[in-house]
Amino acid sequence: MSRLAVRKTYKLFVGGAFVRSESGRYDTHHGFHVPRGSRKDVRDAVRAARGAAGPWAARTAYNRGQILYRAAEALESRAAEIGAPADEVEASIDTFVHYAGWTDKLQPVLGGINPVAAPFLSFSLPEPTGVVGVVAPEAPALLGLVAELAPSIAAGNAAVAIVSESRPLPGLDLAEVLGVSDVPGGVVNLLSGRRGELAPALAGHHDLNAVVDASGDPPLGAEIDRLAAESVTRVRHASPTTSYTDAVADPLSRLEAVTELKTAWHPVGA
Amino acid sequence: MTTPQTRTGIVWEYAPAPESSAHVRLRGSYGLFIGGEFRDPLDGTRVATVNPATEEPIAEVAFAGPADLRAAVEAARAAQPGWAGLPALDRGKYLFRIARLIQERARELAVVESMDGGKPVRESRDVDIPLAAAHFFHYAGWADKLSYGVGGREVAPLGVAAQIVPWNFPLLMAAWKLAPALACGNTAVLKPAETTPLTALLLAEICQEAELPEGVMAIVPGDGRTGAALVREPGIDKVAFTGSTAVGKDIQAALAGRAVPLTLELGGKSANVVFEDAALDQAVEGIVNGIFFNQGHVCCAGSRLLIQESVAEQVIAKLWARMGRLRVGDPLDKNTDVGAINSREQLERIEELVSAGEGEGAVRRSVACELPERGYWFAPTLFTEVAPAHRIAVEEIFGPVVSVLTFRTQAEAIQKANASPYGLAAGVWTDKGAKAFEVASALQAGVVWQNTYNRFDPSAAFGGYKESGFGREGGPAGLRPYLRVS
Amino acid sequence: MLGKRSIKTTAKRQGIRLAVSMLDLTTLEGADTPGKVRNLCAKAVCPAPTMPEVPSCAAVCVYPSLVGVAREALAGSGVRAASVATAFPSGQASLEVKLRDAEEALAAGAEEVDMVISREAFLAGEDTRVMEEIVRVKEACGDTPLKVILETAELGSYDHVRHAAMLAMEAGADFIKTSTGKAASGATPGVTLVMLEAIRDYLDRTGRPVGMKAAGGVSNGKAALHRLVLVKETLGDEWLTPERFRIGASALLNDLLMQYQKTQTGHYARPDDFSRE
Repeated sequence: MSRLAVRKTYKLFVGGAFVRSESGRYDTHHGFHVPRGSRKDVRDAVRAARGAAGPWAARTAYNRGQILYRAAEALESRAAEIGAPADEVEASIDTFVHYAGWTDKLQPVLGGINPVAAPFLSFSLPEPTGVVGVVAPEAPALLGLVAELAPSIAAGNAAVAIVSESRPLPGLDLAEVLGVSDVPGGVVNLLSGRRGELAPALAGHHDLNAVVDASGDPPLGAEIDRLAAESVTRVRHASPTTSYTDAVADPLSRLEAVTELKTAWHPVGA
Repeated sequence: MTTPQTRTGIVWEYAPAPESSAHVRLRGSYGLFIGGEFRDPLDGTRVATVNPATEEPIAEVAFAGPADLRAAVEAARAAQPGWAGLPALDRGKYLFRIARLIQERARELAVVESMDGGKPVRESRDVDIPLAAAHFFHYAGWADKLSYGVGGREVAPLGVAAQIVPWNFPLLMAAWKLAPALACGNTAVLKPAETTPLTALLLAEICQEAELPEGVMAIVPGDGRTGAALVREPGIDKVAFTGSTAVGKDIQAALAGRAVPLTLELGGKSANVVFEDAALDQAVEGIVNGIFFNQGHVCCAGSRLLIQESVAEQVIAKLWARMGRLRVGDPLDKNTDVGAINSREQLERIEELVSAGEGEGAVRRSVACELPERGYWFAPTLFTEVAPAHRIAVEEIFGPVVSVLTFRTQAEAIQKANASPYGLAAGVWTDKGAKAFEVASALQAGVVWQNTYNRFDPSAAFGGYKESGFGREGGPAGLRPYLRVS
Repeated sequence: MLGKRSIKTTAKRQGIRLAVSMLDLTTLEGADTPGKVRNLCAKAVCPAPTMPEVPSCAAVCVYPSLVGVAREALAGSGVRAASVATAFPSGQASLEVKLRDAEEALAAGAEEVDMVISREAFLAGEDTRVMEEIVRVKEACGDTPLKVILETAELGSYDHVRHAAMLAMEAGADFIKTSTGKAASGATPGVTLVMLEAIRDYLDRTGRPVGMKAAGGVSNGKAALHRLVLVKETLGDEWLTPERFRIGASALLNDLLMQYQKTQTGHYARPDDFSRE
């Protein structure tokens, strides 16, 4: 007599909780019902991200680095459960490790003291932009997502990501891994569904600070640009990341796209 | 049924609050850590390491002889190409493992550090060990990002680093040395101090647990002669030393004519400057932290207190009252503020200088505290009527002794603060931001603390001017001493 | 350093008993009734029948309308009946109304009065008006001890807390108190320390000792003992008495009793074993 299995239910990951789409809709992938997210799910995810963004940015860079490293630990120990090829999972783990090391280094590299021609101490510091929307590529389903998430949260932002439409399971598996790591609820939010519906809802949301479009789809990219213009949201277009080498090839560009530069001045004198 | 209220205050004594040492696993005897294993010394000796609070031996360790040092350097040379040839991320991953293991064994390391060196367990638990883990974590992240840390230049490791660390922050100083050296692709031979070898040996165990490749790191305890021999070994490519200025000068001379880069982190007689517009209660906390933290065994201790005349009496009164509440005693009690002096030798040095201070005409006040019979202890001490030329104002005491001088103007404060062969650190206390920054830029010190003292972070460069040494540890600047750049 | 003291064994038991003796057990709800107040008074007089060495609390603190009930219930016990007054908690009323409020509380038998400063005047920089109100209420109180509540959460900075503390002491306060318990935060370690230092500096300058009441945010035994450490290390052992230091709380008492029981049995206690009133 073989043992009767307990079947898995895939859910969206919003505010640290696993929820169904408020629309109740679903698509089927490999026999699983995968939530088909709606614009209201996008709204809820952005609200969760905004709530989490302040406290996340307020943590020390060291603390964020430790949390990202622990996410790598969590992913490493669950590697076999993720429905993606082993080398892609390893590349994703290593990407988390690499960006864990950036949290307390991007300030000296991207910031500095300005040698102003007056008796003032003037410094410029990169700060997290706030809430970042991520449109992940269709493939690779896990690495393409992690390559955009890791730098965004390493820089101190909260993220709302739309996972691959055709291969959503690895992204939702990642949600479960993050759900048991130390990443605070709301810092990463993962939505599955139809990209053509979710990406415009995300890009058009006025309470987003930046969008990272890794779809590799030019017409979608143009639509994202138009929608982002309504609220002067920053946009970065990137081609899908297909290897670890790619993921860490130009980390500063990924980090710059999701940070703001704050310049401050203070007089020096009696 | 109920007890009547008392009309007068009670005397509330804190009960003993010992940190448990029951879980600490120490071997009876440690060999030298060379080639990834603990080995018997070839021509070295075995020595007991002693708890300065009780004068009891804790464990036996091996001191390296010349043949041992040679073996360590050879193993490090042999391991270096493989280490440097690893993918950079892998070097980082080893260092991340070490950081995490330090965190996991944190409590044990804190207790051992206090037993071996005498510092209060609250400090080893809350400062030394967490910062040691943080240094490894920080430099782990640099391993695959090195050129970003040096303005985009091409980088290569130097080879084998010979590193000598002092007894005041044994594990932390080992972390400050090893983490950047290894991250940059060098291998290291580290000599912990004569009186505090244990936590470095536990770090060796941690490296075994992390499966660090053999030979990448060696731990070779010894005394002053061991250190002198190590820097004279022909097979080394770099020397890094933290310790006294006198020994630093010896090492610099010993390396003359050899193309071996050197970094030195030496002594200090740091000025802690309190202006009349400072937040005085906070300044007093900062003064206490500056000179009594770690019994004043701190290279950057604020051992010269410069107070603006208009508030001098007030600050001295507050300081003396605050000193009276410092608890001196068992380092393993969580309520102890000031622990044991590290060794009989150090105690004698402190006593000699303090009695010189009295002889010179300064006024000495020492807190009246009950000191245990056994062990090495010195009560927190304040000197007033100190002249800038007094020995106690010029020479590093390296104990819980603060010398107070006064000044009238900002310019005078700066001039007095800078009038020293040392230039490691300084403190500036004022509520006016503009003044704080102006004074900071005028001070000849590698680290200036404004309205705070003794703050350390792996991302913030630390090091001195003048005879306090050269080179920096911490931040991207801390990578440079371990790289060849082009 | 002070935040890290570790209080164990005998010191802990002694500290808990001390903290209980310093409690102003408080109920200030719209839904308070005479029954609730009588129950609270019984608890203040005898907090732990099974642990008789635990002393009575210092006082019971209620609204003026219930002070009479408290006074009667506490008669002969040594526990004082304290009343809030002066348009507690907001203080947003005319001086006449505030004085009348205080007078009624005194007439009903209040043995201690806890007034609020006018934050509206303070934040507008009107120091004289802030002090004038305190002087007038103190006059009305006569010999009855007056505690002046600064409502530190609303003051905005430690500098303001110190300044308000000085104004209150100059105006004649017998105790300065952190909070009404109705605002976002209360006697945090930082605020407590700032006020103790102000008391110390005022004592040095004038020779007059003013007491301190830490109210709000002292929610468990560990926090209470920590405040006692601050008192001991800022002002000395002579201040470890209900004559000079009070803690305003309600749920704290049960946590103190649970901690005390644990020192006796070695095991963690069960909250339900202790009555709320």
